[in-house]
Amino acid sequence: MLAALAGDARAYSSLLAELTKHLRAYYARRLNGAAEDAEDLVQDTLIAMHRRRDSYDPNQPLTAWVYAIARYRLIDHYRRNKVRNAVPLEDAAELFAADEIEPAMARRDVTRLLDRLPPARAALVRATKVEGLSNAEAGERAGLSEGAVKVNVHRALKSLSAGLRKDAGAEDDA
Amino acid sequence: MRTDDLIGALADRLEPTSPRAPLREMTLWLLGGVTASVAAMLLWRGLRPDMMAAMATGMFWTKFAYTLAIGAAALWAAERLGRPGAKADRPARIVQSLIVGVVVLGAARYLTAAGDQRHLLLMGHSASLCPWNIFALSIPILIGAVMGLRRLAPTRPTVAGLAAGLAAGGLGAFVYSFSCNESAMPFVAAWYTLPVLASGALGALIGRYSLRW
Repeated sequence: MLAALAGDARAYSSLLAELTKHLRAYYARRLNGAAEDAEDLVQDTLIAMHRRRDSYDPNQPLTAWVYAIARYRLIDHYRRNKVRNAVPLEDAAELFAADEIEPAMARRDVTRLLDRLPPARAALVRATKVEGLSNAEAGERAGLSEGAVKVNVHRALKSLSAGLRKDAGAEDDA
Repeated sequence: MRTDDLIGALADRLEPTSPRAPLREMTLWLLGGVTASVAAMLLWRGLRPDMMAAMATGMFWTKFAYTLAIGAAALWAAERLGRPGAKADRPARIVQSLIVGVVVLGAARYLTAAGDQRHLLLMGHSASLCPWNIFALSIPILIGAVMGLRRLAPTRPTVAGLAAGLAAGGLGAFVYSFSCNESAMPFVAAWYTLPVLASGALGALIGRYSLRW
Protein backbone atom coordinates (compact mmCIF):
# COMPACT_ATOMS: atom_id res chain seq x y z
CA MET A 1 0.00 0.00 0.00
CA LEU A 2 2.84 2.36 0.81
CA ALA A 3 4.41 1.66 -2.58
CA ALA A 4 1.02 2.29 -4.16
CA LEU A 5 0.67 5.65 -2.41
CA ALA A 6 4.09 6.58 -3.72
CA GLY A 7 2.86 5.83 -7.25
CA ASP A 8 4.03 2.26 -7.98
CA ALA A 9 1.30 1.09 -10.38
CA ARG A 10 2.36 -2.55 -10.44
CA ALA A 11 2.39 -2.90 -6.66
CA TYR A 12 -0.96 -1.15 -6.62
CA SER A 13 -2.67 -3.44 -9.10
CA SER A 14 -1.43 -6.59 -7.38
CA LEU A 15 -2.61 -5.19 -4.05
CA LEU A 16 -6.04 -4.44 -5.51
CA ALA A 17 -6.24 -7.92 -7.04
CA GLU A 18 -5.42 -9.45 -3.67
CA LEU A 19 -7.94 -7.27 -1.84
CA THR A 20 -10.60 -8.10 -4.45
CA LYS A 21 -10.50 -11.73 -3.32
CA HIS A 22 -11.09 -10.72 0.29
CA LEU A 23 -13.82 -8.30 -0.68
CA ARG A 24 -15.62 -10.92 -2.77
CA ALA A 25 -15.64 -13.28 0.19
CA TYR A 26 -16.75 -10.46 2.49
CA TYR A 27 -19.72 -9.42 0.35
CA ALA A 28 -20.67 -12.95 -0.67
CA ARG A 29 -21.10 -13.82 2.99
CA ARG A 30 -23.21 -10.77 3.73
CA LEU A 31 -25.44 -10.62 0.68
CA ASN A 32 -26.04 -14.37 0.66
CA GLY A 33 -26.43 -15.18 -3.00
CA ALA A 34 -26.89 -11.84 -4.73
CA ALA A 35 -23.75 -12.42 -6.81
CA GLU A 36 -24.22 -9.41 -9.10
CA ASP A 37 -24.77 -7.04 -6.19
CA ALA A 38 -21.69 -8.47 -4.52
CA GLU A 39 -19.52 -7.86 -7.58
CA ASP A 40 -20.93 -4.33 -7.94
CA LEU A 41 -20.04 -3.67 -4.34
CA VAL A 42 -16.53 -5.03 -4.81
CA GLN A 43 -16.01 -2.57 -7.68
CA ASP A 44 -17.68 0.21 -5.72
CA THR A 45 -15.30 -0.42 -2.83
CA LEU A 46 -12.24 -0.53 -5.08
CA ILE A 47 -13.19 2.86 -6.50
CA ALA A 48 -13.86 4.27 -3.03
CA MET A 49 -10.48 3.02 -1.83
CA HIS A 50 -8.81 4.53 -4.86
CA ARG A 51 -10.43 7.94 -4.38
CA ARG A 52 -9.72 8.05 -0.67
CA ARG A 53 -6.43 6.22 -0.69
CA ASP A 54 -4.62 8.96 1.17
CA SER A 55 -6.99 8.58 4.13
CA TYR A 56 -4.96 5.46 4.92
CA ASP A 57 -2.70 6.06 7.89
CA PRO A 58 0.56 4.08 7.47
CA ASN A 59 0.63 3.42 11.23
CA GLN A 60 -2.64 1.48 11.04
CA PRO A 61 -3.34 -2.05 9.87
CA LEU A 62 -4.38 -2.02 6.22
CA THR A 63 -7.08 -4.65 6.74
CA ALA A 64 -8.89 -2.49 9.28
CA TRP A 65 -8.93 0.35 6.76
CA VAL A 66 -10.15 -1.89 3.92
CA TYR A 67 -12.91 -3.54 5.93
CA ALA A 68 -14.11 -0.25 7.38
CA ILE A 69 -14.53 1.06 3.82
CA ALA A 70 -16.17 -2.21 2.72
CA ARG A 71 -18.61 -1.96 5.60
CA TYR A 72 -19.37 1.66 4.79
CA ARG A 73 -20.12 0.75 1.15
CA LEU A 74 -22.33 -2.11 2.34
CA ILE A 75 -24.35 0.18 4.61
CA ASP A 76 -24.67 2.63 1.74
CA HIS A 77 -25.90 -0.22 -0.46
CA TYR A 78 -28.55 -1.15 2.10
CA ARG A 79 -29.62 2.46 2.37
CA ARG A 80 -29.99 2.85 -1.38
CA ASN A 81 -31.96 -0.39 -1.65
CA LYS A 82 -34.05 0.35 1.43
CA VAL A 83 -32.96 -2.98 2.92
CA ARG A 84 -35.09 -5.35 0.87
CA ASN A 85 -34.20 -8.49 2.77
CA ALA A 86 -35.64 -7.20 6.02
CA VAL A 87 -37.13 -9.56 8.58
CA PRO A 88 -40.51 -8.69 10.12
CA LEU A 89 -40.08 -7.40 13.64
CA GLU A 90 -42.09 -10.24 15.21
CA ASP A 91 -39.63 -12.79 13.83
CA ALA A 92 -36.54 -10.85 14.75
CA ALA A 93 -36.41 -12.18 18.31
CA GLU A 94 -36.19 -15.69 16.94
CA LEU A 95 -33.36 -14.67 14.63
CA PHE A 96 -31.27 -13.32 17.48
CA ALA A 97 -32.21 -16.09 19.88
CA ALA A 98 -30.89 -18.74 17.52
CA ASP A 99 -27.54 -16.98 17.50
CA GLU A 100 -27.18 -17.45 21.22
CA ILE A 101 -28.53 -20.96 21.48
CA GLU A 102 -26.58 -22.61 18.71
CA PRO A 103 -23.08 -22.07 20.05
CA ALA A 104 -24.28 -23.03 23.53
CA MET A 105 -25.74 -26.27 22.19
CA ALA A 106 -22.60 -27.06 20.26
CA ARG A 107 -20.55 -26.49 23.39
CA ARG A 108 -22.81 -28.79 25.37
CA ASP A 109 -22.60 -31.53 22.73
CA VAL A 110 -18.83 -31.36 22.69
CA THR A 111 -18.64 -31.60 26.45
CA ARG A 112 -20.96 -34.59 26.51
CA LEU A 113 -18.97 -36.36 23.80
CA LEU A 114 -15.69 -35.76 25.52
CA ASP A 115 -17.10 -37.34 28.68
CA ARG A 116 -17.18 -40.66 26.85
CA LEU A 117 -13.41 -40.65 26.45
CA PRO A 118 -10.82 -41.63 29.05
CA PRO A 119 -10.08 -38.40 30.98
CA ALA A 120 -6.45 -38.07 29.84
CA ARG A 121 -7.41 -38.35 26.18
CA ALA A 122 -10.37 -36.00 26.63
CA ALA A 123 -7.99 -33.42 28.08
CA LEU A 124 -5.74 -33.71 25.02
CA VAL A 125 -8.63 -33.29 22.60
CA ARG A 126 -9.91 -30.32 24.55
CA ALA A 127 -6.47 -28.71 24.54
CA THR A 128 -5.83 -29.15 20.82
CA LYS A 129 -9.29 -28.87 19.27
CA VAL A 130 -11.25 -26.63 21.65
CA GLU A 131 -8.59 -24.36 23.14
CA GLY A 132 -6.59 -24.40 19.93
CA LEU A 133 -3.17 -25.26 21.33
CA SER A 134 -0.58 -26.86 19.05
CA ASN A 135 0.32 -30.53 19.55
CA ALA A 136 3.64 -29.49 21.02
CA GLU A 137 2.03 -27.11 23.53
CA ALA A 138 -0.55 -29.69 24.58
CA GLY A 139 2.21 -32.27 24.94
CA GLU A 140 4.20 -30.01 27.16
CA ARG A 141 1.19 -29.54 29.39
CA ALA A 142 0.50 -33.28 29.67
CA GLY A 143 4.13 -34.38 29.75
CA LEU A 144 3.96 -36.19 26.39
CA SER A 145 5.90 -35.89 23.15
CA GLU A 146 4.37 -34.06 20.19
CA GLY A 147 3.99 -37.36 18.32
CA ALA A 148 2.23 -39.04 21.24
CA VAL A 149 -0.29 -36.18 21.40
CA LYS A 150 -0.94 -36.51 17.70
CA VAL A 151 -1.58 -40.26 17.91
CA ASN A 152 -3.78 -39.94 21.00
CA VAL A 153 -5.90 -37.16 19.53
CA HIS A 154 -6.27 -39.06 16.30
CA ARG A 155 -7.43 -42.22 18.08
CA ALA A 156 -9.75 -40.25 20.32
CA LEU A 157 -11.43 -38.57 17.36
CA LYS A 158 -11.73 -41.90 15.57
CA SER A 159 -13.43 -43.57 18.51
CA LEU A 160 -15.73 -40.55 18.91
CA SER A 161 -16.81 -40.67 15.29
CA ALA A 162 -17.35 -44.42 15.54
CA GLY A 163 -19.49 -43.79 18.62
CA LEU A 164 -21.49 -41.12 16.81
CA ARG A 165 -22.10 -43.42 13.87
CA LYS A 166 -23.39 -46.09 16.21
CA ASP A 167 -25.71 -43.54 17.91
CA ALA A 168 -27.10 -42.53 14.56
CA GLY A 169 -27.64 -46.20 13.64
CA ALA A 170 -29.43 -46.84 16.94
CA GLU A 171 -31.73 -43.90 16.30
CA ASP A 172 -32.52 -45.17 12.81
CA ASP A 173 -33.38 -48.60 14.23
CA ALA A 174 -35.69 -47.19 16.86
CA MET B 1 -17.10 -3.61 -16.55
CA ARG B 2 -15.05 -6.54 -15.38
CA THR B 3 -13.33 -6.17 -12.07
CA ASP B 4 -9.91 -6.98 -13.52
CA ASP B 5 -10.32 -4.20 -16.08
CA LEU B 6 -11.34 -1.82 -13.34
CA ILE B 7 -8.19 -2.65 -11.38
CA GLY B 8 -6.11 -2.04 -14.50
CA ALA B 9 -7.81 1.31 -15.10
CA LEU B 10 -7.32 2.42 -11.49
CA ALA B 11 -3.67 1.41 -11.53
CA ASP B 12 -3.14 3.32 -14.81
CA ARG B 13 -4.64 6.40 -13.26
CA LEU B 14 -2.54 6.14 -10.11
CA GLU B 15 -0.82 9.33 -9.11
CA PRO B 16 1.57 9.47 -6.20
CA THR B 17 0.08 10.97 -3.07
CA SER B 18 1.59 11.69 0.29
CA PRO B 19 -0.06 10.23 3.38
CA ARG B 20 0.42 13.65 4.91
CA ALA B 21 -1.43 15.55 2.18
CA PRO B 22 -4.88 15.34 3.83
CA LEU B 23 -3.51 16.65 7.12
CA ARG B 24 -1.92 19.61 5.38
CA GLU B 25 -5.17 20.51 3.68
CA MET B 26 -7.15 20.02 6.89
CA THR B 27 -4.76 22.34 8.70
CA LEU B 28 -5.19 25.01 6.04
CA TRP B 29 -8.99 24.82 6.27
CA LEU B 30 -8.84 24.99 10.03
CA LEU B 31 -6.44 27.92 10.04
CA GLY B 32 -8.82 29.72 7.71
CA GLY B 33 -11.69 29.12 10.13
CA VAL B 34 -9.72 30.18 13.19
CA THR B 35 -8.45 33.30 11.44
CA ALA B 36 -11.99 34.30 10.51
CA SER B 37 -13.10 33.69 14.08
CA VAL B 38 -10.23 35.74 15.56
CA ALA B 39 -10.89 38.57 13.12
CA ALA B 40 -14.57 38.58 14.03
CA MET B 41 -13.74 38.64 17.73
CA LEU B 42 -11.27 41.55 17.37
CA LEU B 43 -13.48 43.67 15.12
CA TRP B 44 -16.74 43.02 16.84
CA ARG B 45 -15.81 42.65 20.51
CA GLY B 46 -12.15 43.57 20.90
CA LEU B 47 -9.74 42.17 23.44
CA ARG B 48 -10.75 42.43 27.03
CA PRO B 49 -9.61 45.82 28.32
CA ASP B 50 -7.80 44.36 31.32
CA MET B 51 -5.80 41.89 29.23
CA MET B 52 -2.46 42.55 30.93
CA ALA B 53 -3.80 42.26 34.45
CA ALA B 54 -5.86 39.21 33.56
CA MET B 55 -2.80 37.34 32.34
CA ALA B 56 -1.56 37.32 35.89
CA THR B 57 -4.64 35.48 37.14
CA GLY B 58 -5.12 31.74 37.33
CA MET B 59 -8.61 31.91 35.93
CA PHE B 60 -7.45 33.38 32.64
CA TRP B 61 -5.14 30.42 32.14
CA THR B 62 -7.79 27.96 33.31
CA LYS B 63 -10.14 29.15 30.57
CA PHE B 64 -7.21 29.17 28.15
CA ALA B 65 -6.25 25.58 28.95
CA TYR B 66 -9.79 24.19 29.18
CA THR B 67 -10.94 25.51 25.83
CA LEU B 68 -7.70 24.81 24.00
CA ALA B 69 -7.55 21.25 25.37
CA ILE B 70 -11.11 20.50 24.31
CA GLY B 71 -10.38 21.92 20.88
CA ALA B 72 -7.19 19.92 20.47
CA ALA B 73 -8.57 16.62 21.79
CA ALA B 74 -11.73 16.88 19.69
CA LEU B 75 -9.67 17.69 16.60
CA TRP B 76 -7.59 14.62 17.28
CA ALA B 77 -10.80 12.58 17.54
CA ALA B 78 -12.10 14.09 14.30
CA GLU B 79 -8.89 13.18 12.50
CA ARG B 80 -9.11 9.59 13.76
CA LEU B 81 -12.76 9.38 12.75
CA GLY B 82 -11.80 10.60 9.31
CA ARG B 83 -9.70 7.50 8.77
CA PRO B 84 -11.60 4.26 8.13
CA GLY B 85 -10.88 1.62 10.74
CA ALA B 86 -9.05 3.96 13.14
CA LYS B 87 -10.15 4.23 16.76
CA ALA B 88 -10.99 7.52 18.44
CA ASP B 89 -11.50 6.14 21.95
CA ARG B 90 -8.63 7.93 23.62
CA PRO B 91 -9.30 11.46 22.41
CA ALA B 92 -13.01 10.91 23.04
CA ARG B 93 -12.27 9.98 26.65
CA ILE B 94 -10.10 13.07 27.05
CA VAL B 95 -12.89 15.35 25.81
CA GLN B 96 -15.34 13.67 28.18
CA SER B 97 -13.09 13.94 31.20
CA LEU B 98 -12.30 17.60 30.49
CA ILE B 99 -15.96 18.50 30.35
CA VAL B 100 -16.92 16.40 33.37
CA GLY B 101 -13.90 17.72 35.31
CA VAL B 102 -14.69 21.39 34.73
CA VAL B 103 -18.40 20.93 35.40
CA VAL B 104 -17.59 19.19 38.69
CA LEU B 105 -15.15 21.96 39.69
CA GLY B 106 -17.73 24.58 38.79
CA ALA B 107 -20.46 22.82 40.73
CA ALA B 108 -18.17 22.42 43.75
CA ARG B 109 -17.30 26.11 43.72
CA TYR B 110 -20.98 27.01 43.41
CA LEU B 111 -22.12 24.72 46.21
CA THR B 112 -19.41 25.78 48.66
CA ALA B 113 -20.09 29.49 48.12
CA ALA B 114 -22.27 31.52 50.45
CA GLY B 115 -25.86 31.73 49.30
CA ASP B 116 -25.77 35.39 48.29
CA GLN B 117 -22.59 34.87 46.23
CA ARG B 118 -23.92 32.04 44.15
CA HIS B 119 -25.94 34.04 41.70
CA LEU B 120 -22.96 36.22 40.79
CA LEU B 121 -20.62 33.23 40.47
CA LEU B 122 -22.92 31.49 38.04
CA MET B 123 -24.39 34.37 36.08
CA GLY B 124 -21.54 36.89 36.14
CA HIS B 125 -22.58 39.94 34.14
CA SER B 126 -22.69 38.37 30.67
CA ALA B 127 -24.43 35.02 31.02
CA SER B 128 -27.05 35.99 28.48
CA LEU B 129 -24.39 36.98 25.91
CA CYS B 130 -21.44 34.67 26.41
CA PRO B 131 -22.87 31.38 25.07
CA TRP B 132 -24.21 33.10 21.95
CA ASN B 133 -20.92 34.84 21.29
CA ILE B 134 -18.99 31.60 21.64
CA PHE B 135 -21.43 29.79 19.42
CA ALA B 136 -21.14 32.50 16.75
CA LEU B 137 -17.33 32.50 16.90
CA SER B 138 -17.39 28.70 16.55
CA ILE B 139 -19.25 28.72 13.26
CA PRO B 140 -16.40 29.77 10.94
CA ILE B 141 -14.17 27.18 12.64
CA LEU B 142 -16.88 24.54 12.24
CA ILE B 143 -17.07 25.27 8.52
CA GLY B 144 -13.29 24.94 8.24
CA ALA B 145 -13.23 21.73 10.29
CA VAL B 146 -15.99 20.08 8.25
CA MET B 147 -14.43 21.12 4.95
CA GLY B 148 -11.11 19.73 6.17
CA LEU B 149 -12.71 16.49 7.28
CA ARG B 150 -14.27 16.02 3.86
CA ARG B 151 -10.73 15.57 2.65
CA LEU B 152 -10.47 12.35 4.66
CA ALA B 153 -12.99 9.50 4.59
CA PRO B 154 -15.22 9.40 7.68
CA THR B 155 -17.17 6.15 7.76
CA ARG B 156 -19.33 7.44 10.64
CA PRO B 157 -20.30 10.87 9.33
CA THR B 158 -22.50 11.86 12.28
CA VAL B 159 -19.91 11.00 14.91
CA ALA B 160 -17.14 12.62 12.89
CA GLY B 161 -19.32 15.73 12.58
CA LEU B 162 -19.87 15.71 16.33
CA ALA B 163 -16.10 15.67 16.92
CA ALA B 164 -15.61 18.50 14.42
CA GLY B 165 -18.36 20.47 16.15
CA LEU B 166 -16.88 19.98 19.62
CA ALA B 167 -13.47 21.00 18.28
CA ALA B 168 -14.95 24.13 16.72
CA GLY B 169 -16.81 24.90 19.95
CA GLY B 170 -13.64 24.48 22.01
CA LEU B 171 -11.59 26.67 19.70
CA GLY B 172 -14.40 29.23 19.43
CA ALA B 173 -14.50 29.42 23.22
CA PHE B 174 -10.72 29.76 23.21
CA VAL B 175 -10.93 32.74 20.88
CA TYR B 176 -13.70 34.27 22.96
CA SER B 177 -11.74 33.84 26.18
CA PHE B 178 -9.45 36.69 25.06
CA SER B 179 -12.41 39.00 24.96
CA CYS B 180 -14.40 37.83 27.98
CA ASN B 181 -13.55 39.16 31.41
CA GLU B 182 -15.60 36.72 33.46
CA SER B 183 -13.52 34.91 36.01
CA ALA B 184 -15.70 32.52 38.02
CA MET B 185 -15.44 28.77 37.66
CA PRO B 186 -19.21 28.13 37.75
CA PHE B 187 -19.67 30.67 34.97
CA VAL B 188 -17.09 28.97 32.77
CA ALA B 189 -18.40 25.50 33.59
CA ALA B 190 -21.89 26.48 32.47
CA TRP B 191 -21.63 29.18 29.81
CA TYR B 192 -18.47 28.00 28.10
CA THR B 193 -19.43 24.33 28.09
CA LEU B 194 -22.96 24.83 26.82
CA PRO B 195 -22.04 26.41 23.46
CA VAL B 196 -19.30 23.80 22.99
CA LEU B 197 -21.98 21.11 23.26
CA ALA B 198 -24.32 23.07 21.01
CA SER B 199 -21.61 23.40 18.40
CA GLY B 200 -21.03 19.64 18.70
CA ALA B 201 -24.72 19.00 18.05
CA LEU B 202 -24.69 21.32 15.04
CA GLY B 203 -21.56 19.56 13.77
CA ALA B 204 -23.23 16.16 14.12
CA LEU B 205 -26.21 17.40 12.12
CA ILE B 206 -24.03 18.91 9.39
CA GLY B 207 -21.74 15.88 9.33
CA ARG B 208 -24.62 13.53 8.90
CA TYR B 209 -25.45 15.07 5.55
CA SER B 210 -22.26 16.67 4.29
CA LEU B 211 -19.61 14.17 5.32
CA ARG B 212 -21.06 11.27 3.32
CA TRP B 213 -19.04 10.04 0.42
